[in-house]
Amino acid sequence: MRKRCLDTVYELAKKNNNIVFIGSDLGIGTLDNFKKEMPERFFMEGISEQHLVGMAAGMAMNKKIVYFNTIATFITRRCFEQNIIDLGIAKANVRLIGNGGGLVYAPLGPTHLAFEDVTIMRAIPNMTIIAPCDADEMQRAVIASEHYDGPIYFRVAKGGDPLVSKKEHGFEIGKAIVHRKPGEVLLIAMGVMVERAIRVATSLNAKGIEVGVINVHTPKPLDQKTILEQMRHCKVVITLEEHTLMGGLGSAVAELVAEQKHQSHFKFKRMGLPDVFPDQYGSQNDLIKRYEMDVEAIEQNVLSLLEN
Amino acid sequence: MNEINYPMRGRSVRRKIVQIAATAGRAHMASAFSIIEIVLVLYDKIMKYDAQNPSWDARDRFILSKGHGCLGLYPVLAEKGFFPEEELFKFCSSKGILGGHPEHLRVPGIEASTGALGHGLSLGMGMALRAKMDQLDYKTFVLVGDGECNEGSVWEAALGAAKHRLDNLIVLVDYNKHQSYGPVKEICNLEPFVDKWKSFGWEVREVDMDQPHQLETLLSSEVNYDGKKPIAIICHTIKGKGISFCENNLEWHHKSKLTPEEIKALYQALEE
Repeated sequence: MRKRCLDTVYELAKKNNNIVFIGSDLGIGTLDNFKKEMPERFFMEGISEQHLVGMAAGMAMNKKIVYFNTIATFITRRCFEQNIIDLGIAKANVRLIGNGGGLVYAPLGPTHLAFEDVTIMRAIPNMTIIAPCDADEMQRAVIASEHYDGPIYFRVAKGGDPLVSKKEHGFEIGKAIVHRKPGEVLLIAMGVMVERAIRVATSLNAKGIEVGVINVHTPKPLDQKTILEQMRHCKVVITLEEHTLMGGLGSAVAELVAEQKHQSHFKFKRMGLPDVFPDQYGSQNDLIKRYEMDVEAIEQNVLSLLEN
Repeated sequence: MNEINYPMRGRSVRRKIVQIAATAGRAHMASAFSIIEIVLVLYDKIMKYDAQNPSWDARDRFILSKGHGCLGLYPVLAEKGFFPEEELFKFCSSKGILGGHPEHLRVPGIEASTGALGHGLSLGMGMALRAKMDQLDYKTFVLVGDGECNEGSVWEAALGAAKHRLDNLIVLVDYNKHQSYGPVKEICNLEPFVDKWKSFGWEVREVDMDQPHQLETLLSSEVNYDGKKPIAIICHTIKGKGISFCENNLEWHHKSKLTPEEIKALYQALEE
């Protein structure tokens, strides 16, 4: 997904002279073609995220569209004040590309796990957050970002994730995709959890339970209209995110549900990471299983909520 | 070119600041007073800008990175025509555009929202790089405080600007040698300050801001040195300059409840 993201930035840059790429200290060979063909717009500047967000903003406040890439934890946490002031207040056209959103860096431990990135970025006025579900959707998202006004945070998943997004669904920033129309159950998912939601829906469909899936690729601004419309006739609504339950997609949907004039008639559950630092290494999938967010756990939750 | 009478210009801006502070009842007075001559040299003599068209792309950029010194800048921007003078007297009020720290999208002539320290040099470097990318010959001036140089991000930017040999980026350090709690050398010593900038790859000059013509001469001429480098000008200033009882007196770093007696004393001191 990261490669597709950067390749798309390169393709856009070939046609748009205002597009600039900044990296901190990325892997050797990253965007070599960009560096070779457009060296004056390619910057690899060292491990200095605070400075680089400011530098990107200085360019963006002067007509440039700047794509800045490094690891998700560093691009959100380390330079949080710059994200607020230099990007948020300034409405700067900087696109932060955060590698390894969620549990991708499971083997590297909690210092590298971006489990709260959506929560903190969501609190910044003017900030848009995009968490594509696969590489195809990432490509559509980057293309859509070229002429979008204001700062964006891209949450990049691991890569090599199964392709589940469909071209015919299109892509509009801020517009959730109804991947599958709901029956009595609706799964509202973000990022790589969309693929798991689809697997649950397929599996339960075979057992005669109609499960819908909404892909919220843009957790901010949240597409309230689509979410409210789709949940209207459901008995069970579950949110799915590879992210802490403190303030992410589940919280955003819960806030929306709680403030409706009429009390909701469905059972609502948020699935995501508990408020702990993960206590083991292993793979992304190991941690997803450890914190009961795997397909089996989702299916179990659907069934038990339907029963009770 | 007209000779600038800096003592007279400085007094007039200071008088205006006292007037604003009297209306608002608060001000980072001493921090503003130490930068006035730097701002006057830039806006009276050095920078190219069009107050009627603040986003004119060929303009020189000025970033007041020590945003709390904004009262040293607002009166000059008003005088040059960036916004009406009455705005000065709505300082920090719900009806005005001028806050205790300057805001980019709200105030014409303000290039960046500052106030949190350690942001301006990176922003300025982005602007200077953009000039190089688009082959524009504007210059970017960034005014940083000495206390601000405690921030690590200032030095991240210093490394970056040297790498790119940004000779269109000029840092002016307001070296008044005092920060909020006490003398810079006691809170977080910056010395040897000139050597630090030099070792980071910058061309360094020092000027005595009691003689503003020194800065004017330096900025009017091509700085003569070997190779392209960003330029740091260490401006030796006096915190609270121009008012005897404020000078180097940290009681005056920020005042939030100015009494009528204090205002009167400020006016009197300006006449001395």
